[in-house]
Amino acid sequence: MATVTLTRKSGRTIREIALGVFFLVLAALIFLLLPPRVEELKSTFVLTSLRAGVTIEAPDLVLPTWPALLVIGLLIALAGVWQLARGFRRVDRVVALAAGLMVAAFFVWATRDASINLTGMLASSLVRATPIALAALSGLYSERSGVVNIAIEGMMLVGAFTSVVVASVSGSMLLGVLAGMLAGVFLALIHAVMSIRYMVNQIVSGAGLIILALGLTSYLQRSVLNLNPELNQPGPAIPAFAIPGLWKIPVLGPVLFNLSPIIFVLFILLVVTRILMNNTRWGLRVRAVGEHPRAADTLGINVFRTRYICVLISGAIAGLAGTYMSIGAAGRFNEGMTAGKGFLGLAAMIFGNWNPGGAFLGSLVFGFFDSWQEKLALLEVGIAGTLLGMAPYLATMIVLAGFVGRARMPAADGQPYEKQ
Amino acid sequence: MSEKPAASETAETPVEPTKNILQRIFVRTGKLSSLLLPILAVFSALVIGAVIIAVSSPDVLTAWKAFFQDPLGVLSITWFTVRDAYIALFEGSFGQPKQIAEAIRNWRGTGETRPLLEAFRPFSESLVIATPYIFAGLAVALGFRGGLFNIGAEGQLFLGGLASVYVGYSFTNLPWFVHLPLALLAGIAAGAIWGAIPGFLKARTGAHEVINTIMMNYVAFRLTDYLLQGPMAGPGGLPITIEIATSAYLPSLFPKPMRIHAGFFLALAVAALVYWFLWKTTRGLEIRMVGANPHAARYAGVRITSTIVLTMALSGALAGLAGTAQVLGVNHKMVRAFSTGYGFDSIALALLGNSHPLGVVLASLLFGFLRGGAARMQSVAGVPVEIIRIIQALVIIFVAAPEIIRGIYRIKAIREGEKTLARGWG
Repeated sequence: MATVTLTRKSGRTIREIALGVFFLVLAALIFLLLPPRVEELKSTFVLTSLRAGVTIEAPDLVLPTWPALLVIGLLIALAGVWQLARGFRRVDRVVALAAGLMVAAFFVWATRDASINLTGMLASSLVRATPIALAALSGLYSERSGVVNIAIEGMMLVGAFTSVVVASVSGSMLLGVLAGMLAGVFLALIHAVMSIRYMVNQIVSGAGLIILALGLTSYLQRSVLNLNPELNQPGPAIPAFAIPGLWKIPVLGPVLFNLSPIIFVLFILLVVTRILMNNTRWGLRVRAVGEHPRAADTLGINVFRTRYICVLISGAIAGLAGTYMSIGAAGRFNEGMTAGKGFLGLAAMIFGNWNPGGAFLGSLVFGFFDSWQEKLALLEVGIAGTLLGMAPYLATMIVLAGFVGRARMPAADGQPYEKQ
Repeated sequence: MSEKPAASETAETPVEPTKNILQRIFVRTGKLSSLLLPILAVFSALVIGAVIIAVSSPDVLTAWKAFFQDPLGVLSITWFTVRDAYIALFEGSFGQPKQIAEAIRNWRGTGETRPLLEAFRPFSESLVIATPYIFAGLAVALGFRGGLFNIGAEGQLFLGGLASVYVGYSFTNLPWFVHLPLALLAGIAAGAIWGAIPGFLKARTGAHEVINTIMMNYVAFRLTDYLLQGPMAGPGGLPITIEIATSAYLPSLFPKPMRIHAGFFLALAVAALVYWFLWKTTRGLEIRMVGANPHAARYAGVRITSTIVLTMALSGALAGLAGTAQVLGVNHKMVRAFSTGYGFDSIALALLGNSHPLGVVLASLLFGFLRGGAARMQSVAGVPVEIIRIIQALVIIFVAAPEIIRGIYRIKAIREGEKTLARGWG
């Protein structure tokens, strides 16, 4: 790593001091936001929700705006003072906590004298996090074996496109999903051959494939789909699947147990990936190939085959992510509809330190920022929606700047392996 | 940053007499041989593009259903579909030979220039399109030389355009020799800042510039939306700014139907400047050292952090100039859709031009002609302009993997392998 960390020999690092000041600035921001002290100003968070014509009742969460903001501000200020005076041992967690509090403060402030449906917001965060999380898992398989895959965005696009066409022609959503995954695998195969067999720079190959996917899908949309609109009508989005009994639980039911089948597939994939990577012989081999291919080769592991398999799995999952966006949610294909979700997925993967759990958590953060834009637009907070739309991208950059320095990527990530 | 073994070739292959004509050309031409692979890459991409045009054409598809009744007829329909498309592409990029010949005859006889300008208009349009390509291609190429992959040219280009337009319409009574340089500088500065941010993050925290420049792209798009809908919106509520003052125009070189402007020659001059900077100055050498081997560069006393920030800032400045040239020379105002993906195409340009300014200029001219012709191909032959993007992607892939091209055309390498451009995440 050519990374330069700023350290002073004595005392605390500049970074630690900067974080303390950062906390104080956040606290000051909250105090600046404080509305005039009006006792009866209240922020209401609605928890009741409506699913399939059934109202799932839950009491509203009502916070007095002024005291709530004051408490949050004081907490963050205290953290800042403590950081400057003594220093936190695990300052990362405090940063995460402060960021969470900051967002909470923003919502309390924005909903002053108004209400917002919190259950709906959480549900929509998960829905928006799904393609990002799938993209993160896709990247994880490829990179754990040592192949950087920035073409996930392109694989998602061809997956989205193919699934729509196949579902429209065959009338079967399942066939559409499988075809979308297959399309992702096809693009992954090109990436695999280029980066494993021809040892092309993996980032250049990925960039080429993104442009290819973007051009191919846009071209086919204009030359084929627009002339034959029946090919872009797979019917309504895949219906949600409600787990009997559980889906009526207040708050949890609508958020976790009444979802698109693809989201349940994501949950299963998360668990399976975790077990596969950490607790099986195959996972150990994959990690060995990603960390030290030469040693793995010496021990009789087929480096090339392992990498091919991992990149193809990566393509299948990326295709599924695209499928989710088209026939799983939008119900049609639009040009460039993935809108950077593949890249957000890569950022989530790095945020999660190449582990499924952390990657999912990162995806949820992005999903949350993605959904707050429309919720805040409803509240008319006086900030343009286009500016709020920057939030997920800025969050990605902050996450990368804050975490990637200490993230430990697979040691052989991005390096072609040459047998001797 | 970990060093990778150089891609592809392992050992020099002895040159032996061969019947393969391409191989002979490849060996004979010596230094020119570096041109052969890109040419073959473009040729192969055009061939695959032809297949895609044929497969997606409704006429060809209906014809193929009756393949067994009339195989020759089907093949000829396929051939003519592709031929018509590529003829339209050629005429759209260079002009129609007949029209040009007639216009010249007319001009010799009567001295009438109007038909002449009309006939050469496609050619001029291609150069107009090539202008931002040159700037953006140089931006990515400079990044590659410094070991950085700037995918953010698109966003930097938007920022450059926004800043120049703002300066362009804010001042109305400046003389042109003050106003024009000021507008250019504003675009350069905005692009440089937009590029320097990911550079700084890379140097200080190790966050990879590929993801950060892409994120900066999205932020730039949102910022453009915001500015065009709000603070910079023109009258009527449309997301278009008002026109810039004529004193900030990059001057046109010919009367009306020709749109070629001074920006094209500025681009050529900047390309020469980039060459001079990278190969004739100390800072340029440092950038190339960091790009070639950061460890060695550090031991040689190069300050990695500031070099990375400088590389990204310069790269951003060049990309900003692409947007600036476009708004000051062609559009004279800012609209949301003023870039047709120049930033992404520029990656292909840098690769195709082997990250050398001269190569980038040649590649940009090629893409300018392709893109210029694509519009006519769409209107005459009904082939969507996106075909050009597919061809560009194929060019990237073929240039990045010269072994594929060598395999297809059976050309043996006579030199040590290609250098690596950008590295992994670290």
